This record gives sequence, C-alpha cells and structure tokens, in this order.
Amino acid sequence: MRATVLVRPKRGILDPQGQAVSTSLRHLGFEVGETRVGRVIDVEVEATDAATARAELERMCEQLLANPLIESYEISLEDA
Amino acid sequence: MSLDGPEPVVAVAVFPGSNDDRDALQALTLLGADARAVWHTDESLPRDTAAVVLPGGFSFGDYLRCGAIARFSPVMRAVGAFAGDGGLVLGICNGFQVLTEAGLLPGVLRPNASLSFICRDVALRVERTDTPFTSRCTDGVELTIPVKHGEGCWFADPEQVAELDAAGQLVLRYAPGANPNGAVADVAGVLNEDGNVFGLMPHPEHAVDALLGSTDGALLLGSLVDAARLSAAAAV
Repeated sequence: MRATVLVRPKRGILDPQGQAVSTSLRHLGFEVGETRVGRVIDVEVEATDAATARAELERMCEQLLANPLIESYEISLEDA
Repeated sequence: MSLDGPEPVVAVAVFPGSNDDRDALQALTLLGADARAVWHTDESLPRDTAAVVLPGGFSFGDYLRCGAIARFSPVMRAVGAFAGDGGLVLGICNGFQVLTEAGLLPGVLRPNASLSFICRDVALRVERTDTPFTSRCTDGVELTIPVKHGEGCWFADPEQVAELDAAGQLVLRYAPGANPNGAVADVAGVLNEDGNVFGLMPHPEHAVDALLGSTDGALLLGSLVDAARLSAAAAV
C-alpha cells in the first residue's frame, strides 16, 4: 500500500526557509503572505489493510519521520 | 596540566559522515586521555570507557534531520545505556544534534535563522563551573571557540527554557550580541538533568592549540578528561 506523509513545521515555529521563499516570491512580483516549507515522504507499506498501515505510519512518524517537538505530520493512504 | 592517575579511556564514536572525529581524538590525547575511535556499528564501548564523545560532522549526510539517522546506530544503544548508568557523554555540534534526537538532551537544533552556514570564532559565556564539562573554567569567564554549522539554532518552548534555566542546565551561552544562529535564550550548550550528558554547538576540539588561535577549547575538553579520570579511578 502506498502512503504519503507530509511533515510541516508546527504553527508558531519560526520557519526561516519559508520566509526566504516568500521573500523570493515577492521579488518575482507575486503577492503572497506567509509561506511555510515542509517535506513529503512517499512510503510503500507492506501492510495490506488501511488500519494496520496507518498505525505503522503513525509509529514511523513518531520515531523517525518527524520531530514532534517542532513538526506536525499528516498521513494519507492511496486507495483508502 | 592533568591530575594524577592513568589515562582514562575516552571513546569517540565515528558515524559515516563524521569529520571531526580525528580532531577530537587528537585533542583528547593531547589533554591526557586514552582516546579511542569506535565505529557506529559497534554494539559495545571499549572496556573501561570513562567518557564518550560524539564528534561533529554530517552523520548520514544530515538526511531527514541532522542526527535523526545516527541516533539509531548500534553504538548509540551502548551510549544510551552508558549515559543511563551515569556515564559522561559529550556531544559536539552534530554530536549535540544526535543527543537531542536521541532524547538524551532537551530541545532540538534547527536551521540557523540566517539560513547561512556559519564558520567563525564566537564569544561564549560559561554559566556554571561545577559540571564535569566546565570544571577547568573560572566563574564568569568568556571563552572564544569556533562554530561551524548550518543547523545550530537550539530551540525549546518557553516553558521548557524557563525550567532548564531554573535547573541550571543552560550551561553555555553565546555572549551578549554574539548569538550566531538565532538560538533561543542564546543557548550554545545544554546539560541533562542528571549532569552527565552535555551537548554544545561550538567546537572545543578545534581550539586546543595556540597555533590555530584560541586554546579555550582545552578548558572544556580538559574538564571532561579530569572527570573521566576521576570516574575511572572510582571504578577500580
């Protein structure tokens, strides 16, 4: 089963990378407000049922994919 | 320069991508330690290890987050057990990042506020001299030690910073106006609650020889070697 994990800087956490991106976008003439930069991780999970896959992905996020101190994550499963 | 007693064994963990391990080994040897490199796949530390140093560098290419992969290396299980038994552990730069990712030190190291890699001497204030990592320093002393990092912006939420401050765990700070990376509360180095694990962004191992400028790094590493010698003597 394929899954996509979105990892983002938590709200309220300074994101200098996002700030640099919004500054550059403004230099290009785009009218933008705040920009935040996160990370996408595509995972192929061996589990075949959605509940098991989701539970495993939760553990992956807590243990490795995200740092819960500063990052939030969202899991979406394909065909689920 | 050093207290009496045999040279204490100080293990320096080497991860793929570590690049300050040799400087650390050389500095520790110069300061009277029996410094030994330990490969990241080793599941145990050398016999009679009295202290562990996690060196600077870019372990596992800094993939995902700095230190996030290295913390799962076999050697880190041994380091975690060693620290849990009260063993002395020092993390320098990437080693500091590994220790925060491993949960052995509070907070997290984030990209520098400037987004630039910073490589230069910085002025530091030692807030406490009654730790195994700062005992050779005098109260209120200002040290000059180089930093070189892209992700050295230490962060913890305000309540946690207040708790750590009250507990005296924010042992090393950038001098007023000298914060290079945007770290909250000017934190350059943090001690754990039990006082046996310390991490810092500056590189004391690059500041032990007058030929290269400052020798202030020897005060920090020398303190660790002194403490390691005492702990080795107590274990005999």
